[in-house]
Amino acid sequence: MKHEWPLWEVFIRGQHGLNHRHVGSLHAPDAEHALRNARDVYTRRNEGVSIWVVEARHITASSPSDKGPLYEPSESKVYRHPTFFDIPDEAGHM
Amino acid sequence: MTDRAALFEYLLRLGDSTLILGHRVSEWCGHAPALEEDIALANTALDLIGQTQMWLGLAGEVEGAGRSADDLAMLRDVWEFRNLLLVEQPNGDYGKTILRQCLFDAFHFELLTELTHARDDRIAGIAAKALKEVTYHLDRSSETVIGLGDGTEESNARLQAALDLLWPYVGEMFAADAVDAAMHKSGIAPDLAVLRSRFDTRIDAILTEATLTKPDSAYAQSGGKTGFRHSEHLGHMLTQMQWLQRAYPGATW
Amino acid sequence: MYAQMVTSEATQDDPDKLAAFQARIDAGDKIEPKDWMPEGYRKTLIRQIGQHAHSEIVGQLPEGNWITRAPTLERKAILLAKVQDEAGHGLYLYGAAETLGVSRDELTEMLLDGRMKYSSIFNYPTLTWADMGAVGWLVDGAAIMNQVPLQRTSYGPYSRAMIRICKEESFHQRQGYHIMMKMAQGTPAQKKMAQDALNRFWYPSLMMFGPSDTDSVHSAQSMKWKIKMNTNDELRQKFVDQTVPQAQYLGLSVPDETLRWNDEKGGYDFAEPDWSEFYDVIKGNGPCNTERLAARNKAWDDGAWVREGLMAHAEKKRAARMAAE
Repeated sequence: MKHEWPLWEVFIRGQHGLNHRHVGSLHAPDAEHALRNARDVYTRRNEGVSIWVVEARHITASSPSDKGPLYEPSESKVYRHPTFFDIPDEAGHM
Repeated sequence: MTDRAALFEYLLRLGDSTLILGHRVSEWCGHAPALEEDIALANTALDLIGQTQMWLGLAGEVEGAGRSADDLAMLRDVWEFRNLLLVEQPNGDYGKTILRQCLFDAFHFELLTELTHARDDRIAGIAAKALKEVTYHLDRSSETVIGLGDGTEESNARLQAALDLLWPYVGEMFAADAVDAAMHKSGIAPDLAVLRSRFDTRIDAILTEATLTKPDSAYAQSGGKTGFRHSEHLGHMLTQMQWLQRAYPGATW
Repeated sequence: MYAQMVTSEATQDDPDKLAAFQARIDAGDKIEPKDWMPEGYRKTLIRQIGQHAHSEIVGQLPEGNWITRAPTLERKAILLAKVQDEAGHGLYLYGAAETLGVSRDELTEMLLDGRMKYSSIFNYPTLTWADMGAVGWLVDGAAIMNQVPLQRTSYGPYSRAMIRICKEESFHQRQGYHIMMKMAQGTPAQKKMAQDALNRFWYPSLMMFGPSDTDSVHSAQSMKWKIKMNTNDELRQKFVDQTVPQAQYLGLSVPDETLRWNDEKGGYDFAEPDWSEFYDVIKGNGPCNTERLAARNKAWDDGAWVREGLMAHAEKKRAARMAAE
């Protein structure tokens, strides 16, 4: 009998209340073990306060050929970025 | 025995058990069944070494003879150690290591929980920090015991063999002597009989889920925490652990 | 350097695709797992990242050799944390390699049966506590030379793994040098021990960069693909220039009588290591090759029942959950 422990992707939310961020992967027999392994492997330096694990095969990824249609439209919406708006200094911090 | 002598003894028991178990667990580094397990074991060992520094550091202070945690760890001989016999048992296979861990963690968890209420702020403080670490140790070791006990026929057989081998070392953790009584009286240590019943409830649940059978012998080896009679294994461990300090007296590293 | 003499794979792909791929690399794009890539790029990367990962894992052993003999509780904790980091780094790198379509178990088996290599340096024994200093200072120092530029490598997952590794490794070399400092300033016996460690680890450290590859087609291809960022000689020179003053500060002598500062090139002239020894070690005849591989094989074989036991339990739980739904 031989089967490798499945591959899990690990996402961690750090100290500062930001979103969970992908930090890497690991192997584990099940989700509970994957969480513990993630704690042991990826928070050795106090990196996180919350961990998500997802079995890698359950992740659907966009394919590179979609890159244009998926992301380029947002490139033209520069008004979404604060630096688009020129505010005079006199108006104060904004 | 004066209160101070009893407290010193008691702190040695705490610090020596974490020292010796931390050392044993660190022997796995680079040799564990999977990378994730290797890393997890090292975390456990690091926690235990850190706890040792605190307990033995405090022991040295209480003793008042100018001995540091390192002096106590590196310059005492077998008969002066006060660790439980359980933790000096060799690693054996992974099943024996993880079962030893689980038995100790279940005891350690209950003990530290009580020590956070100790009528001595230094002890309560160390216990509070250690308890956070040990809560995780217990979670990990008990789930691994359950996984392996209820795994394959082979993993079950290996865990059962480990349990049969280590069970006689459980009793010593809860056998109260004059030191324990003195510490209990001065509001530091808990009543070990109460701990035992909580330990039994927890371990019974783990073993049931792990489909393992608790040996029906109540026989308990003793001599570790009193220092009266350690196993032969401890001396060999000390020859490694203390080698540099013994071979180059007075050197700093 | 943990990947030595990685031969690049010849590639037979559509020239238009190849040109577009090269243009992306030249433009500084990161290549991601689902992007098109030449078969040679993929295979070379698997070999290189795999070898790097194996080096981290086998590299646990020479230092692990001293965890139970560390002289103080603090030294013991630091060393254990460092060797644990190496396991972590191996894990990150295996993870990066796995995005290229090979599993960790497959890579492990190739290490264990000798189809894949690990760095020559880990086939040398660690004999004294000073070796913990020398390994941290010299071996990690040499590894960092290579790892820092690799953070900019073209393959995204590899680059991200290297960024994480470099961040974590920053304390490794310093802890090694700190051990050396303590010993160099210690008793006469400690100082001798420190010199002895430098004597034994100097040339093996120089070998870590691999033989000169200025004329190697493999290296040229890898550099074009940005999976190798510098030539072996460049990195070796940089390492010597950085390390010699550090040895002087310790009051230790580098075991090379030809060592001279060369004003013209702005670096040291130094003796080459004995490359025949290097090839012997690579072929399996180093002082510890047998022990290192035996230790890894034993850990793997002894651990099989554990991996299978936990997996069987997970499957039982999954089946029970499905039956309940």
